[in-house]
Amino acid sequence: MLLIDCPFCGKRPELEFRYAGEAHIARPADPSGLGDEAWGRFLYGRGNPRGMHAERWRHLNGCGRFFNALRDTTDDRFAATYKIGEERPMVAEPQGARKA
Amino acid sequence: MPDLSQARRSVLEGLGSSDGAHGALSLLPPISRLIFRGRISTIGRVAAAFGVEPAMEPCRAAVSGERAALWLGPDEWLLLAREGEAPAIIGRLADALAPLSYSLVDVSHRQVGLKVTGEDAQAILNAGCPLDLDRHAFPIGMCTRTLLQKTEIVLWRVAEAAFQLEVARSFAPYALRFLQQAERDL
Ligand SMILES: [Zn+2]
Repeated sequence: MLLIDCPFCGKRPELEFRYAGEAHIARPADPSGLGDEAWGRFLYGRGNPRGMHAERWRHLNGCGRFFNALRDTTDDRFAATYKIGEERPMVAEPQGARKA
Repeated sequence: MPDLSQARRSVLEGLGSSDGAHGALSLLPPISRLIFRGRISTIGRVAAAFGVEPAMEPCRAAVSGERAALWLGPDEWLLLAREGEAPAIIGRLADALAPLSYSLVDVSHRQVGLKVTGEDAQAILNAGCPLDLDRHAFPIGMCTRTLLQKTEIVLWRVAEAAFQLEVARSFAPYALRFLQQAERDL
């Protein structure tokens, strides 16, 4: 079974986790000042890269906390997990990395 | 406030405990359960008022006398005490914690306690729990929310060959029957 390294609990089986979308998407500070197109980009515009993807996960059946993870979308490997609020860690793209 | 403790009947009445060749499953008597959530800065006051110093280390239980504080998350603990003590504990914590902000919820009736004991307790649980329950990976005193097949549980290793489970009341008959089946299937 795939193990995911919760920043609080350590390595735990993937069954306990839920995916929660792309990470580092900041809600605009002044939503009412945005045009429809910019608001639409915030709501629906996602990177969907082939390769390293920063995403939110939740340790639902564990500590219950949200955290961020870097996962390679081509082979499902987790390169790093880190707490909400922390900088996206520098992780070397694997050999022959595919750009989005 | 109505005294709910008087209205208490086990959801597992009639199902009973079982003692098989590989391990024993028993129903634990009613106790008081509280979920405390608050910042780390509140924990000193909780320790003084509750009488147990909640563990800061993830997934660890702290025990003192008949009370325990189980780490469930970085700002969340499950407080266990004797049946009927919840109202008094809530009062003492409210006094000790004012004016800090925190959350304290009485969940005594939400969950029921089960105990799995015996040499094969680990194997019985692993029929439905994906965690590594080897005593090095999951030592005595370790506790965590996790899964037992289709239901969420809090699992706590209280001795080398004894685990305590907290299961949501409505899932308790399912969890108990699942464990009984797992024990028979070993
Ligand atoms: Zn966790």
